[in-house]
Amino acid sequence: MPGEILSPQLSYAPAAPMLLVFAAALISVLIEGFAPAARRRGLQIAVSLLGLLSALVATILLAGTEELVFSDAIAVDGPTLFLQGTLAVLGMAGVLLLSERSLDSSGGAVVARASALPGSREDVALAEATEIQTEVYPLALFSLGGMMLFPACNNLLLMFVALEVLSLPLYLMAGLARRRRLLSQEAAVKYFLLGAFASAFFLYGVALLYGYAGSVDLGDVLSATRTTGSNDALLFVGLAMLAVGLLFKVGAVPFQAWTPDVYQGSPTPVTALMAACTKIAAFGAMLRVLYVGFGATGWDWRPMMWGIAILTMGVGAVLAVTQSDVKRMLAYSSVAHTGFILVGVIALSGQGLSGTLFYLLAYGFTTIASFAVVTLVRDSSGEATHLSQWAGLGRKSPLVAGTFAFFLAALAGIPLTSGFMAKFAVFAAGVDGGATALVVVGVVASAVTAFFYARVVVLMFFNEPPPDGPTVAIPSVFTAGTIGLGLAVSVVLGVLPQPFLDLAGRASQFVY
Amino acid sequence: MNESYYLLLAALLFTIGALGVLLRRNAILVFMSVELMLNSVNLTLVTFSRTTGTLDGQVMAFFVMVVAAAEVVVGLAIIMSIFRSRRSASVDDASLLKF
Repeated sequence: MPGEILSPQLSYAPAAPMLLVFAAALISVLIEGFAPAARRRGLQIAVSLLGLLSALVATILLAGTEELVFSDAIAVDGPTLFLQGTLAVLGMAGVLLLSERSLDSSGGAVVARASALPGSREDVALAEATEIQTEVYPLALFSLGGMMLFPACNNLLLMFVALEVLSLPLYLMAGLARRRRLLSQEAAVKYFLLGAFASAFFLYGVALLYGYAGSVDLGDVLSATRTTGSNDALLFVGLAMLAVGLLFKVGAVPFQAWTPDVYQGSPTPVTALMAACTKIAAFGAMLRVLYVGFGATGWDWRPMMWGIAILTMGVGAVLAVTQSDVKRMLAYSSVAHTGFILVGVIALSGQGLSGTLFYLLAYGFTTIASFAVVTLVRDSSGEATHLSQWAGLGRKSPLVAGTFAFFLAALAGIPLTSGFMAKFAVFAAGVDGGATALVVVGVVASAVTAFFYARVVVLMFFNEPPPDGPTVAIPSVFTAGTIGLGLAVSVVLGVLPQPFLDLAGRASQFVY
Repeated sequence: MNESYYLLLAALLFTIGALGVLLRRNAILVFMSVELMLNSVNLTLVTFSRTTGTLDGQVMAFFVMVVAAAEVVVGLAIIMSIFRSRRSASVDDASLLKF
């Protein structure tokens, strides 16, 4: 018979960042239920921003902490706090984008009532409504809380729960677009079915690793790989299944099929949040699984990850060239970036870890701000995302086109932008880790991606604008602030990267 | 008692579920196949709980059930909304997003 059940030691302080976000999410649910409709939106924005701001302050105060809490299920260490701080800032930017109302004639990018049938009389009447439901705020907060928990999980079961907590609200948010609602609903169904499929694989991997190690703590998995010669099939099939779930979330080939559809169909502020934050959280979790749980079996999983990284860079770069929609192009570019980040992950060294962390920081801000620019270019039917409509934008609005061109340069990795330093950091780690061939593929893929970014820049500045082209909406301080933040971070990380590289370097130590 | 039979049965159920996701065209049936996969994982967890002599696997099965229930709530809401607007739950009809 098993012994008596001991109550675990709980120390809440090191887990404060995510607890604060979850607390804000719960308050946000209560506001949705009880606050008067007219005041709901203001309260929701205030609670969301306060929750995320306090989480950011908590991560800063916790800096330097290295301990395992909640019966070793949560690891609070450098990578955790670095990514949580990044996610808190990006989450605030995402909340600001979701709150933008001055771009659309009525009320922002989110549907007034998601239950109204698209095209029905109710839906048409609500299309111009300014009173809208605000359930997107609690959903975003729960999702962000899950994202902050995801890279901190030292326990694979908790990692699965965090995966679902971050994913389930995102599936719903993908379907909340105010315009083009059928596309949005379709994106939600695709994202949900494929996401549930991938998380089932993740879970089966967890079960097999439990059978292998007798525990789902990553530290126990590591010691089991070091000591026993027991069933290696369980170990490797388990790791492969686990990797399917994680690679799906980061959008690596061959699990990238959902990326363009979901990025295009979701409301653009949600796409921005999802593109930046999900990737950061999922890479954080992947780093912890591979560096902690499978740090001693690197020789066995690296060939597989090599193949996936090469495929991801190649497919992402080549398919991005063929796109005619801005959001789909950015989606395929995010696939290519997944491949670049994988180069840093595969290095399996402290340098690879700090390079990957720096890349995620740089990539997150550039991505969220470039999607914010996409929300500005509009015609009568909403956002004008077809590339042909962007022709000559530089003549109509040099400021917006110039900002977008800068973000594309940062994504391409032009020197003096954050993208250059980020790529340099992961590729240098790759070369030092002996993956020179992989880095060569990465550089070639970077050149291909630079080609299609340059194509968009040429389109914007050297083509005649079409006569019935879109207009550039004047954003309120919400979107303008997000774009400004992205711009500032992209410039600072490109020109003065050293403090941030040092920070990432100091943060690159896992506890287990 | 030979535990490997249970593991094989679970692997078989998981495979049937995965094939169902890939081959079925109705969103509800695809979703049911995902649930079958999750339940095969539960069987695996409980079996391993016995082979490793720890209780963790049984506790994990409860977590999986709770998460699966939450997933049903979200999934059916999404599938219902698309069914109401299209009068069809076929994943082939949902093809506006193609490049």
